[in-house]
Amino acid sequence: MIAMLDSVPVMASGELASFGNDPWWLLLFKAVMIFVVLVLLTLFNIWWERRVVARMQHRIGPNVHGPFGLLQSLADGVKLALKEDLIPKAADKVVFILAPVLAVIPAFITFSVIPFGPEVHMFGERTPLQLTDMPVAVLFVMAIASIGIYGIVLGGWSSGSTYSLLGGLRSSAQMISYEVAMGLALVAVFLYAGSMSTSEIVDAQASTRNIDVLGLDVPVPGWFAIILLPSFVIYVIAMVGETNRAPFDLPEAEGELVGGFHTEYSSLKFALFFLAEYINMATVSALATTLFLGGWRAPWPISAIWEGSNEGYWPLIWFFAKMMMFIFMFIWLRGSLPRLRYDQFMAFGWKRLIPIALLWIVAVATLRAITLEGGIERGQLLIIGAVFLVVFLVVMLLPESKKADDAETEEPPAGGFPVPPMPTQGAVRGAAAPLVFHEED
Amino acid sequence: MTAFWILAPVMVLAALGILFVRKAVHAALLLAVVMISLAVLYAVLEAPFLFAVQIIVYTGAILMLFLFVLMLVGVDASDSVVETIRGQRVLATVFGLVLGLILVIGISQVTFGAAVGLDEANNGGNVPALANLLFSKYVFAFEATSALLITAAIGAMVLAHRERLTPKESQADAANRRMREYAATGRHPGPLPAPGVFARHNAVDTPALLPDGTASEASISRVLAARGSVRSAPALADDIEEVQRQLGQSPEQSPEVAGKSGAAATTEEQDAPGSEADAGASSSTNGAEEDEQ
Repeated sequence: MIAMLDSVPVMASGELASFGNDPWWLLLFKAVMIFVVLVLLTLFNIWWERRVVARMQHRIGPNVHGPFGLLQSLADGVKLALKEDLIPKAADKVVFILAPVLAVIPAFITFSVIPFGPEVHMFGERTPLQLTDMPVAVLFVMAIASIGIYGIVLGGWSSGSTYSLLGGLRSSAQMISYEVAMGLALVAVFLYAGSMSTSEIVDAQASTRNIDVLGLDVPVPGWFAIILLPSFVIYVIAMVGETNRAPFDLPEAEGELVGGFHTEYSSLKFALFFLAEYINMATVSALATTLFLGGWRAPWPISAIWEGSNEGYWPLIWFFAKMMMFIFMFIWLRGSLPRLRYDQFMAFGWKRLIPIALLWIVAVATLRAITLEGGIERGQLLIIGAVFLVVFLVVMLLPESKKADDAETEEPPAGGFPVPPMPTQGAVRGAAAPLVFHEED
Repeated sequence: MTAFWILAPVMVLAALGILFVRKAVHAALLLAVVMISLAVLYAVLEAPFLFAVQIIVYTGAILMLFLFVLMLVGVDASDSVVETIRGQRVLATVFGLVLGLILVIGISQVTFGAAVGLDEANNGGNVPALANLLFSKYVFAFEATSALLITAAIGAMVLAHRERLTPKESQADAANRRMREYAATGRHPGPLPAPGVFARHNAVDTPALLPDGTASEASISRVLAARGSVRSAPALADDIEEVQRQLGQSPEQSPEVAGKSGAAATTEEQDAPGSEADAGASSSTNGAEEDEQ
């Protein structure tokens, strides 16, 4: 009986049947490949970011080591590894060493459920270009990301320094807040895809729809970024907040907090935090690609012209192209926007982003329920919904009213502090009666 | 079963650790270990949704709030082992043992019905099966729980709410106030100056120097000033002589370590460092030091 249970694949239902059949060596190979790709991608992204930001600032950027300076980040990495590894006297040693590890491992793990391509022939085996999938893959990504926050919080706490502690608190508060908005943005995708598994979400975006615009049949890719545009916008904003990148890089606001949670870290431990940040950037970009931009599927004109564009190893190109587009957006944001003030940033997350996301989910669910029932015509519904949405957006995005300006001009007592009333005889004059303590028997 | 036998000892050890470690943050971390192991056990038992939710809700949200509070309480706050209520420890041990005994006896009496099996429970996928149960049979409990949670959230907001008695000062108001203060008292409207930065000393307890050479009061924290632990920049400059006395020679005459000991003192090109004739001519400070000896 037990042997039978063991032989049953864990996810036997529906599309996920193609997972869980790989031999162990193939799984190991895929895992190692993901690791290698992520590390190389990090080195590349660091170089790319420096070059692009340099161009935006009319500089040249690293161009000496290797072709186009590509080996610059490798040289920097080696230099970082050879630096002195400091552990502050006030640090909590175990947690101090554990924290960067806790930050970097979840960053790698999340990539195990990202689909890079369709089923391919690899070493004589037929296997999907994805390490694994599960019915709750996207929730898995959120869960693992929330473990990654521990690395930052503990790194900030264990350093025994005020800057680190404040940076750690800030960054975890920020990541938790923006994870809420991010999760809410994903709900609409789940509703439309009818699944939370990444490979099924990619499949759900495969079909091209024809939309009638002024008598012309315009084919529109079934990307959720187009169908669920508000969700996409919310996700993109939240993902910048989630990865602590500019303009939301308040935890590392060097003018206020030196280096934030990693102020006291040096050498390889700092390198691990650095690695985690860049991998997290790649992770949220890959997730955005998978959930909103059709994943590894070729974009519409290419898929229409070229039959084989979605087969074999070609989809790797589309996947990485879409992902690098998001990473370029990250770099662009960093190159052009100033940092927000912390209270404005949190107010934006809680008072604007989350309510808008909630309203949008209610709207999507209502629309979905009505269209499934087939009651009212879809076009009318969309128009009504759009009107409501615009009104709500305008109301939400208006600055808070300033009616409090002339409401109260009289000075509140004691500057607004809650103070006890004065004694009935007026203020105590001279020395107060001495305090007497009674000994308890 | 393999996963259980690997995780069970880890969980028991971590749970015992929660009881025995001194620092509250360490206890919270060990609790996280227990919770994540529990989540993995759910995953092994083919409950993937519960696995994800266990990590997101308990480890990601609730325990993180614990950590927040613990971190704000103090960086090295550790539990006090002093007994505040007399006899508490003995009573706790006795009642704990009694509770354990009752649980063991009680649970050993229970018999479970035949298990339906995971395939039956997960029929049509784990998530849809769970949704079907939640929104049909248990819909009332589900809604009641959500009402409870919303009530708790609103209650927390009401308790933490403070009525604003004065209008909030906006950025424009602050700028206007600063300018008014500048007109009335001459107080500088800009940000406070940073503390002094010197080649030999860079610390918050050294005031910055104003153009006329006096120390700027505004550049140091009021706390440090009240404690009386503020150093003065001219006194630090005098320290150099003390350092030189301790070294027994002037730093300029010590053997070159970084190769730049004479470079900072002069703006002229040094033709041949090391030759005595050039050293006297090119660098005035070096020459002065040599004259002294």
